[in-house]
Amino acid sequence: MEDKLIIAGHEFNSRFILGSGKFDLDLINAAVKNAGAEIITLAVRRVNSFTGNILDHIPEGVTLLPNTSGARNAEEAVKIAKLAREAGCGDFIKIEVIHDSKYLLPDNYETAKACEMLAKDGFIPMPYMYPDLYAARDMKNAGAAAIMPLAAPIGSNQGLSTKQFIRILIEEIDLPIIVDAGIGKPSQACEAMEMGASAIMANTAIATAGNIVQMAEAFKNAIIAGRLAYLAGTGRVLDKASASSPLTGFIAD
Amino acid sequence: MRGEKMAKINGEDFNEKITVGEYLKKAGYSAVRVAVMVNGEILPKNDYDSTEIKPDDEVEIVGFVGGG
Repeated sequence: MEDKLIIAGHEFNSRFILGSGKFDLDLINAAVKNAGAEIITLAVRRVNSFTGNILDHIPEGVTLLPNTSGARNAEEAVKIAKLAREAGCGDFIKIEVIHDSKYLLPDNYETAKACEMLAKDGFIPMPYMYPDLYAARDMKNAGAAAIMPLAAPIGSNQGLSTKQFIRILIEEIDLPIIVDAGIGKPSQACEAMEMGASAIMANTAIATAGNIVQMAEAFKNAIIAGRLAYLAGTGRVLDKASASSPLTGFIAD
Repeated sequence: MRGEKMAKINGEDFNEKITVGEYLKKAGYSAVRVAVMVNGEILPKNDYDSTEIKPDDEVEIVGFVGGG
């Protein structure tokens, strides 16, 4: 049976969205390939013509997901999204509205507003958010194509510290829930997938690993394993033992 | 020259009388991979060749960089 990630009607085989920040440009191609990623995030910034262009290092056919990092309110997010579209990035946009420089936590209210403005303008909004049920509902009603709750502060590698709240979103919100930010290890990505997350977005965990390309592959495999476990349905948990081997037919002394 | 108004491109002073399209070509940009903002407004690609950079204009040339 085919098991695809579907975002606003677009189908993806991979459930691993790779961030492209903090990478040596020369490693991006191999990291994307080893990650099996079909979506990669990018930022929009002032550029000059003499440093390398990141687009030259991303394999063909990979969907570009620009973010609105740098935006401090909804209006700025909309402007960055429009610049990204003008620069040839298509309609997918990861909305990121942040005005706290210590923990980089997203402003859910401004994010929901940006979602509405961008959806009306034909974008496919994928809001990065703090896992709050009401905010997620607002974003869905505003036209979000997926919800991207944070596991922990951006770049912290702390892991799934908001696990129980992401679980609520998975249960209650009928959109792909993509765990974004804070995932530090493949085991944590696997855990999120086991509980039913639709995909994982990771960047720092790979970019700061000892061997970047190997870690990209480790994440890929962990995400596949977690997804399979979710589809299979994990076994029950008991307080006491339950013998795995038959309790009859013992060999006589 | 003192007192002369200067345009700014990505924060740097600029005072040549050329169009956005000519500037991009001269500076080695690929026009399809950037977006240009003039005084806070996005300039459509079709207008690059007909838009001259005027003194006092604030021009921003943006594109994609690594990000999460």
